[in-house]
Amino acid sequence: MKKFTTLTGLVAPLDRSHVDTDAIIPKQFLKSIKRSGFGPNLFDEWRYLDHGEPGRDNSLRPLNEEFVLNQARYADASILLTRSNFGCGSSREHAPWALEDYGFKVILAESFADIFYSNCFKNGILPITLSAEQIESLFNVVLSNPGYSLHVDLEKQLIRYPDDSELSFDLDPYRKECLLDGLDEIGQTLNHAEEIRSFEAKHQNNYPWLFKEVK
Amino acid sequence: MSGKTLYDKLWEAHEVRKDTTGTSLLYIDRQLIHEVTSPQAFEGLRMNGRQPWRVNANVAVPDHNIPTKDREKGIEDPISRLQVETLASNTSEYGITEFDMSDPRQGIVHVIGLEQGITLPGMTVVCGDSHTSTHGAVGALAFGIGTSEVEHVLATQCLIQEKSKNMLIQIDGKLQIGVSAKDVVLAVIGKIGTAGGTGYAIEFGGETIREMSMEGRMTVCNMTIEAGARAGLVAVDETTIDYVRTRNFGPRGEELEHAMAHWQTLHSDADAEYGSVVFLDASEIKPMVTWGTSPEMVAPFDGFVPDPKHSKNPEQIRKALAYMGLEANMAIEDIRFDKVFIGSCTNSRIEDLREAASIVKGRKVSDSIQLAMVVPGSGLVKAQAELEGLDKIFLDAGFEWRDPGCSMCLAMNADRLEPGERCASTSNRNFEGRQGQGGRTHLLSPAMAAAAAIEGKITNLSKYEKN
Repeated sequence: MKKFTTLTGLVAPLDRSHVDTDAIIPKQFLKSIKRSGFGPNLFDEWRYLDHGEPGRDNSLRPLNEEFVLNQARYADASILLTRSNFGCGSSREHAPWALEDYGFKVILAESFADIFYSNCFKNGILPITLSAEQIESLFNVVLSNPGYSLHVDLEKQLIRYPDDSELSFDLDPYRKECLLDGLDEIGQTLNHAEEIRSFEAKHQNNYPWLFKEVK
Repeated sequence: MSGKTLYDKLWEAHEVRKDTTGTSLLYIDRQLIHEVTSPQAFEGLRMNGRQPWRVNANVAVPDHNIPTKDREKGIEDPISRLQVETLASNTSEYGITEFDMSDPRQGIVHVIGLEQGITLPGMTVVCGDSHTSTHGAVGALAFGIGTSEVEHVLATQCLIQEKSKNMLIQIDGKLQIGVSAKDVVLAVIGKIGTAGGTGYAIEFGGETIREMSMEGRMTVCNMTIEAGARAGLVAVDETTIDYVRTRNFGPRGEELEHAMAHWQTLHSDADAEYGSVVFLDASEIKPMVTWGTSPEMVAPFDGFVPDPKHSKNPEQIRKALAYMGLEANMAIEDIRFDKVFIGSCTNSRIEDLREAASIVKGRKVSDSIQLAMVVPGSGLVKAQAELEGLDKIFLDAGFEWRDPGCSMCLAMNADRLEPGERCASTSNRNFEGRQGQGGRTHLLSPAMAAAAAIEGKITNLSKYEKN
């Protein structure tokens, strides 16, 4: 699993609530059997003016100049600032794959959808939940200061502003540990293989019909 | 100490261990697998030299990419074809049962799981698909997961999970004629919002749910994720047991007796406490129609499109109306369609098709509708509908009668909207581009979709009551 420790990066503001995973990466790109290469099609329908299909050369497509990520001042942004319920809808892990492939390592939002939130941690992305007031003030400062960057420290659970003031954020300790160490979660679980086996034996004994073969 | 909720009981019965960090290792009884979210999981398994923990806990079916007509010609799009072939090769490599495109039992994963008794009360059920919440209708703990978690379940039969909070949505009262489970769940989402259930497992209870058929409960649980909750649940009752006991892969004989005794315990205790309780009066619910780009943007059929000027989120509504090509304050009944889609894991079961057919019978699809299609949820639903002559009713009216799959719910196959086209759809998501780039989706019930096909627009169902 990919690690995350600290990051200093440019912030791009996506001023929308309820950004769904269909918008993050449209369905036609889900036909890929790979885990990489989704970045050029991140937010495809907002980013380009034409219809995107897998295999097309995206550098030849007309850009929607109004879309925030197409503005020169946000080129190379690695922190995405957005509103509430980010990542709602489909469970597709292609959404964090696309965000990560594009270069986003941190997402700041008022709230995240559950499945998306959990998917981020498996892919080295740190989703940070802040209050509506904190998000609003970040939108103001990012919009009025070109080149606005933040420093994020996962170990200390801190966001440092350019003026060196700091803001702390909450995070589940297990998720923090996995992300900091880039832990192989499957390997972690398999450390408990004996416990799983003994649970399974008891479970099968109690509810044998759950183990019936489907053919 | 207060009693336990159904969710608490299901959780505890599957908790292998609890970690000091507050997470638990949860045992998974059943994993359903489809072609879109599994290839990278199998690849991960292979790269790490791991084997599936319990092969027969997994059942696979292709549904998202597959064509709904001319199947004998195979899949035209080479990328879709490769994905479906990859599912076949992965499942055959590991010995996992797959209902492939030629299997009469093939269909939408969330239709066939319950139809076959592959998912049963008391199970933990996962799938790399957010609509896995559907299976909660039989009193199973069922939720959608990402591809990394698909791999985790393949390799360990477990997931590392944090327990959700409990929410009860209590719905009492009698539904008006023409009002269905779809309208109930759209009304719920309209009330609590698309993030209202985030962090919760939602149990649906009350007289209205008790009186609802199993298939209606599936529709309600299916769209729990559209209210932000990963899992939706309905307590087991006689309706559940009547449905489950005859399923293909359910228990038989003495084992069925034991199972039924256990299933009877799958309800919340009378003194269970919930983190949140929401009440709805079913008698006030009307046929619902979404007007925007999120399922919470919903109104009764006789309502009006909102005015951003009088809204809490004017910018959001303005964006939605611009995308949808609708005017503020216009009547919902004035919304006219180009296409009609009856299908999806929300509304493609036999009762849905009967409900739609009862409206369509003896009538014709409006000339203003370019395409009206019915996509049954499974091969068996299709066969049953044909046995009842429903296919003939739809075909005579001018509908297309297709083969089972996800189809135009998400348009990964050839079935899609063109930019600007407006669709009356029984599916679950009206997001921008969901049914095709630039396409405009209005979510509604099978009866409302059928009436929209006949009239070309949103219609008061009361005129069809005599049918």
